Amino acid sequence: MTLSTLVLTPFLGSLIAACLPANARNREAWLAGAIALFGLVTAMQLYAPGQVVYERIAWIPALGLEFTLRMDGLAWIFAMLVLGIGFLVVLYSRYYLSPEDPVPRFFAFLLAFMGAMLGVVLSGNLIQLVVFWELTSLTSFLLIAYWHHRADARRGARMAFTVTATGGLCLLAGVLILGHIVGSYDLDAVLAARERIQSHDLYLPALILIALGALTKSAQFPFHFWLPHAMAAPTPVSSYLHSATLVKAGVFLLMRLWPALAGTEAWTWIIAGAGTCTLLLGAFAAIFQRDMKGLLAYSTISHLGLITTLLGIGTPLAMVAAIFHTLNHATFKASLFMAVGIIDHETGTRDMRVLRGLYRQMPYTATLAIVASGAMAGVPLLNGFLSKEMFFAETLLVGGDSNWWMSYAAMAVGVFGVVYSLRFITVFFGQPAAPLPREPHEPPRWMRFPVELLVLACLVVGVAPGISIGPILHQGVVAVLGADTPHYNLAIWHGFNLPLLMSFLALTLGAWLFQLLLRRFHLDQREQTPLLHRLSGAQAYENAMLALGRAAALLLSHLGTERLQPQLLAMTAALLLVPLLLAGLPTGWQLPPPHPVDPYFAMLWLAGGGCALAAAWQAKYHRLAALALAGGTGIVTAITFLWLSAPDLALTQLMVETVTTILILLGLRWLPPRLPPQARPPAPPWNVRLRRSRDMLIALACGLGMALLSYAVLVRPLPEGIAGFFLEKALPEGGGTNAVNVLLVDFRGFDTLGEITVLAVVALTVYALLRRFRPAPESVAIPAQQTSLLDAATRQTPAEQANSGYLRVAGIYMRLLLPFMGITAVYFFLRGHNLPGGGFVAGLIFSVALIVQYMLAGTHWVEARMHLRPHRWLGYGLMLACATGLGAWAFGYPFLTSHTAHLDLPLLGELHLPSAFFFDLGVFVTVVGCTLLILVALGHQSIRSHRVPERLETTREAH
Amino acid sequence: MEAVIAIAIGVLFGSGVWLILRPRTFQIITGLMLMSYAVNLFIFMMGRVWIDKAPLTLKPGIPSLGEYADPLSQALVLTAIVIGFATTALYLVIMIGARGLTGTDHVDGKEPEA
Repeated sequence: MTLSTLVLTPFLGSLIAACLPANARNREAWLAGAIALFGLVTAMQLYAPGQVVYERIAWIPALGLEFTLRMDGLAWIFAMLVLGIGFLVVLYSRYYLSPEDPVPRFFAFLLAFMGAMLGVVLSGNLIQLVVFWELTSLTSFLLIAYWHHRADARRGARMAFTVTATGGLCLLAGVLILGHIVGSYDLDAVLAARERIQSHDLYLPALILIALGALTKSAQFPFHFWLPHAMAAPTPVSSYLHSATLVKAGVFLLMRLWPALAGTEAWTWIIAGAGTCTLLLGAFAAIFQRDMKGLLAYSTISHLGLITTLLGIGTPLAMVAAIFHTLNHATFKASLFMAVGIIDHETGTRDMRVLRGLYRQMPYTATLAIVASGAMAGVPLLNGFLSKEMFFAETLLVGGDSNWWMSYAAMAVGVFGVVYSLRFITVFFGQPAAPLPREPHEPPRWMRFPVELLVLACLVVGVAPGISIGPILHQGVVAVLGADTPHYNLAIWHGFNLPLLMSFLALTLGAWLFQLLLRRFHLDQREQTPLLHRLSGAQAYENAMLALGRAAALLLSHLGTERLQPQLLAMTAALLLVPLLLAGLPTGWQLPPPHPVDPYFAMLWLAGGGCALAAAWQAKYHRLAALALAGGTGIVTAITFLWLSAPDLALTQLMVETVTTILILLGLRWLPPRLPPQARPPAPPWNVRLRRSRDMLIALACGLGMALLSYAVLVRPLPEGIAGFFLEKALPEGGGTNAVNVLLVDFRGFDTLGEITVLAVVALTVYALLRRFRPAPESVAIPAQQTSLLDAATRQTPAEQANSGYLRVAGIYMRLLLPFMGITAVYFFLRGHNLPGGGFVAGLIFSVALIVQYMLAGTHWVEARMHLRPHRWLGYGLMLACATGLGAWAFGYPFLTSHTAHLDLPLLGELHLPSAFFFDLGVFVTVVGCTLLILVALGHQSIRSHRVPERLETTREAH
Repeated sequence: MEAVIAIAIGVLFGSGVWLILRPRTFQIITGLMLMSYAVNLFIFMMGRVWIDKAPLTLKPGIPSLGEYADPLSQALVLTAIVIGFATTALYLVIMIGARGLTGTDHVDGKEPEA
């Protein structure tokens, strides 16, 4: 068992849970429970008191990056908290969730959250910690939005995610600064560099950013508003995430980095300041909630504020109190949330204005909840009392003898705490005023069990802290404070002193204030928080989001466009200007150029360039002409390749030219013609002329720039590159004399594999797009040439024409062409390694051979006789290429290592069989599959019966 | 030779740029084809002008650059040509699909207002 198993098992469980059937509530709960228990056992087993357990897994050793897990006392306590409460929550959820809820999703998210949380507490590297931190935000988002059909759940989830994830980004920035100061992201290195960090100029920015991360996560003022809205989550989630674990991540981080960051004035002001505000605000608002979960949420905010204040105070004893209170709060608050869940589950409401007298129907649950709220109020003999008293003691110390403000605040919080705890338990007493949605009764035995266990823990810790929680707490304290660990005594009785007096004063004053509020202010029916209801963080958040959205829309409408032409204009202008501004005009002209002009070559390009210009001129109204002209340019390009020593390119260009022309011809069938206006058009308006002149200028400038650049490069000598290497090694190491082909299938085999994959992806995309293809209404009708299957002159169908009619001669020799072209393809394929040819060219030749058959006799005739399945060709080709690459692994070489076998075969003699042969075969098969798939899919559109749009039908009927 | 090639690349590229700034979808596809010829030639020419020196190392002895043309730029362009075909096909299908869906062959899917 290692730490990584501890962190990874929940993620694994999450995957398994997601795959289980929707009605397997028991199986999923067993799985999740087993994982939590397994984690608990593992964590117990791995931990050695007083020591730090490490696990390092090398990730990118070259960059010094490793995945580090580190468990000291503090991490151990938090891990136990996450796993222990996690286990109880799983048990509770089993009964809480109804059979209609999508249970697999719930447990999958819950387990993923558990893993992420363990990742946060066990990370030994700060960046890694931030990654897990954001994962907890994400899983929390998913869990809050679990009932995503409810608007409040979606809103709450979005708000929680926006606030905590933004905080996470701040944290990342802060951690990066911290890493920059220390020179390492390793937690140990950071913790050891206290002096260096605190004397650095960047200390304050780092502190502020990290504090932003921690304060948003722990719902501290002014970011506290997301927590009450997160209560839209199912209650087990609130109990687990929003009281015991997730919100504790913020205070955990502050504790974790306490040795490195704490002890300065800035720390105290920021952390204790935010903490004190939160403490008072949360406690005050909690009194006036009417939703039981809302009350608990504000109370949680207040208690988190208390912990944050303790951390801000920064004395070692305050740290002890902070860790102690974290544990105490987790136990009593989780149990209270679960009790609320039970009440909600059994009565159908959580509204404290209607809930009354529940004690009679559910005495056990009521007793448990009353004890737990006693702990929340700080009643003696319960765990909340102990840590709250430590808090009072610390606040007394801070102000010394002169400044009592901190103590007043602490006192106020104590009083408010008692008031809202009393308010909470009113639901159990009195007479019900109105009938409840459901008749309440006790929950199932095992749904109550987690609450019982947690309340028992509150009692045991409250009565005998020294022997129950003492040793565990000590581990955490030592891990943070090390040699500075103060002497402290966890006991109920410290004699008569000021903190004790404060505790009792708080209890008495609280009870009095509660009575007062009830009598004078109708607390039991109040709708909103007095004074503070205007100070709505949620409203501010919504306003900020709205303003952001508006600003973005404004920017988009001014700076963006949905139109293509301005975008292309900007791109071409950038293409022209950016190199010009960065590098200036090309220099170093050499005249005359190294090679004298061949007049034939010049004439060739006179034709090629003329074709291009004419195509540009004709593309608007004369598409066929433009296509033919562009094809002319393509042929000239192919001849140029041949002229300039690139026979492979010439072959490929020629074949691609062929298939492209067929492709576009097939496509033009579905592009209704654009007819030039009959009458002589009036002179275009000035803005059109201006636009055309502008485009012409840009086109001229781009052409000129490209020509100048090409010339400037061409007259320079070729610098020493890697080309020589390929030429040298082609034969001895690649086993072929055609360096281009050896490069493609051997040296750059991986690139080629990627390229044929792209080819396959594009072909499949084309196929998929055509499956849903709705042609333009004007193109749906059968073209005039095809209205009758019979040729008007010969009274024959096209198939008859090819078989026995006037196309017979052409038909016979074009059918004969198939075997000949097949052999040509095989020939070009086989010689490819040594002479011009190869998989790409051969594949294209073979595709053209097949397409010719389609063109001659039509789709039906060909497909009745040949069962070509281009999808399979494509798949087999890719598989063959990959398998060839993987074959190298079998011999312990890297992917795509080539090998040439020398076989001595009877009859054939000695045969060189390079593994690249099989790779090239894969390329060949893929190219054939892709080309056929694209062209045949396009061709099939003509024999598909397209639904004529209604619009056109009605006009037809009208005629 | 160099001047002719440079001018040819410039003419093809300029025609292509002019076309891709036009509003009709077929003009764009033609423009892209012309631009791809230009760019393929440009990348190919990065290996400089070699006449009658195909990179086929059939002669005995250790081959070196100078005896043969640069095979690297050729290999790069070869796959670019084939992929160019695939992307042209993709563009074509989108073009005819958009024509059917929007009822216009304007690149924005709607005719410009007056």
